[in-house]
Amino acid sequence: MTRNIIRVTLAVTLLAGGAAGQQILINGAGATFPYPMYSKWFDSYHKKFKNLDFNYQSIGSSGGIKQVTEGTVDFGASDGPMSDEQLKQFRDKRGCGVLHFPTVLGADVPTYNVPGVTGQLNFTGEALVGIFFGKITKWNDPELVKANPGVTLPANNILVVHRSEGSGTTYVWVDYLAKISPEWKQKVGVAGSVNWPVGVGGKGNEGVSGQIKQTPNSIGYVELIYAVQNKMTYGKVKNLAGVFVNADLASVTAAAAKASKTMPDDFRVSITNADGKDVYPISSFTWLLIPEKIADATKKKAITDFLKWMLTDGQGETEALDYAKLPKPVVDKELKAIAKIQ
Amino acid sequence: MAASSTSAVKARPPGRAQSFQQRLRAGDDLTYAVTFAAALSILVVTALLVYELYVHSALSRHKFGWSFLVTRTWDPVAEQFGALPFIYGTVVTSAIALLIGIPLGVGAAIFLAEMAPPGISSGLTFLIELLAAVPSVIFGLLGVFVLIPILRKLEDPIRSVLGWTPLFQGPFYGVSMLAAGVVLSLMIIPFIISISREVILAVPNDQREAALALGATRWESTWRVVVPYAYKGITGSIFLSLARALGETMAVTMVIGNDPRINASLFAPGYSIAAIIANEFAEAPGEMYTSALIELGLVLFALTIVINGAARILVASTTEKGGS
Repeated sequence: MTRNIIRVTLAVTLLAGGAAGQQILINGAGATFPYPMYSKWFDSYHKKFKNLDFNYQSIGSSGGIKQVTEGTVDFGASDGPMSDEQLKQFRDKRGCGVLHFPTVLGADVPTYNVPGVTGQLNFTGEALVGIFFGKITKWNDPELVKANPGVTLPANNILVVHRSEGSGTTYVWVDYLAKISPEWKQKVGVAGSVNWPVGVGGKGNEGVSGQIKQTPNSIGYVELIYAVQNKMTYGKVKNLAGVFVNADLASVTAAAAKASKTMPDDFRVSITNADGKDVYPISSFTWLLIPEKIADATKKKAITDFLKWMLTDGQGETEALDYAKLPKPVVDKELKAIAKIQ
Repeated sequence: MAASSTSAVKARPPGRAQSFQQRLRAGDDLTYAVTFAAALSILVVTALLVYELYVHSALSRHKFGWSFLVTRTWDPVAEQFGALPFIYGTVVTSAIALLIGIPLGVGAAIFLAEMAPPGISSGLTFLIELLAAVPSVIFGLLGVFVLIPILRKLEDPIRSVLGWTPLFQGPFYGVSMLAAGVVLSLMIIPFIISISREVILAVPNDQREAALALGATRWESTWRVVVPYAYKGITGSIFLSLARALGETMAVTMVIGNDPRINASLFAPGYSIAAIIANEFAEAPGEMYTSALIELGLVLFALTIVINGAARILVASTTEKGGS
């Protein structure tokens, strides 16, 4: 009996050892927002190709950009595109360019706690800018009343809640505000963390939503998937066509579809405030960052094969996890861009 | 020292006893070396820490100079950084914590060591030591879900009594420097109690008996004799808890509001040095941003040393005047 166990253990160890010889490990790091999607993809892909292992650390977008620039990981991931300066840094350090591959779409939604209001509120871009600038200070401000006919808004002071740490969610939110208001762009700017004119900071989506739940008359923003999975009430936002749109998979994908016609070759594009009547205006791509040159041929093949799979079969897995999938034209364009990896 | 030990050995007759002696001496030297290395390693680690912080904050130090310490702006987009709001928040919350923590902590320690029946004392002490081991994130949650709702209820009473001072003006959202200070006080009280209790228990019984023999009441012997005797240890416990309060990160960031503005009102949100480093470091793009955050670390280090040093000088001067 024991001899048998020993034999089996020995055989298993030998087999495992033998397989480990051809095992390929691909390391990545970056954005936290698409992490559940990526880990699902990596898991599905590993089940298809047992010798391929992906190790993804969700350390945040900036961390992902840093690490892929340093070359400590095989690929990075970010919720915001790399800036021109960051691209230059990458080229200086690695001697080649870096490619952006959109993977899925996300969106930010305004979430609030107004006593007496249970349904969805409507927000214009101007109202959101005014609130986050501290110029609209009361819930019964004419700008808010006008957008919400039939809703009784209290004359209470608004408390703004934003993210306390740098985050891709913040990047998308302020990117939208900057497109609505040139003054925001000039005075506050667009980044993962900014010098907020008003408000208090909460850590993570859960920090912001916790703060809002606890504080009457507060407003903040969270990632759409977080809001959906936690069954939070969130507001509709008026798009460029003048329609108040609810954020969902369809309206987020629509934002990308409009933008995909003007998609630049490097995929570094912001799709906030996109045109179209069914478009949700605070949407964004999230990207994988892949070096143009991958020296190791097996790794190169593994990464390009994975990208092809992610853009075709992989896209079928997105909606089960509440991620909006890429529109067809973007997928086609990306499939062509894979050839740029040398 | 080594020379004297060998001469002492030479004076003895040769034999097994001598080699045993020698081995003992060698053991002495060995333990000396080991403990010395242990002590030295603390110095080395501290020096390395300062060195690393200093080197990696070079960019920010060169750009902002000393004005870093007195600038109120924290703008990652424009890369304008100043430490003042964070220094202010750190000092104010720690001060609130000590203001609440010292009387409660020392009072409880005196009760547990001197007054309480042994059964109650050991039970409570066990609970307090448990409390000292609770992770800070739990205190943060306690702050968010229990303390802040309580503070909201206390808002009106506080305003009606102290509303005329600039310390309690403006709207109160819950998250605030007051909330952070109170959470910190809850965190440091167990430290003050358990250390102070130990040092009070260590006061020799002769002291108490002598005081009682001179006709002092129980309270007089405690307050006039035992507490002054344990004074140094009690202040030591306060320093230790002050250091904890200055550097506490998680619990503070959960309740302080994370708003880099300086506000006289304790009802207003604020920010502390440790909290902003924890919040922004992982997602700080750009060398200047990272460098400014590292310089904040250096500032926190210096702040801890300055405040602790000042407190020590204060204590030293008062003990001399008191003549004890």
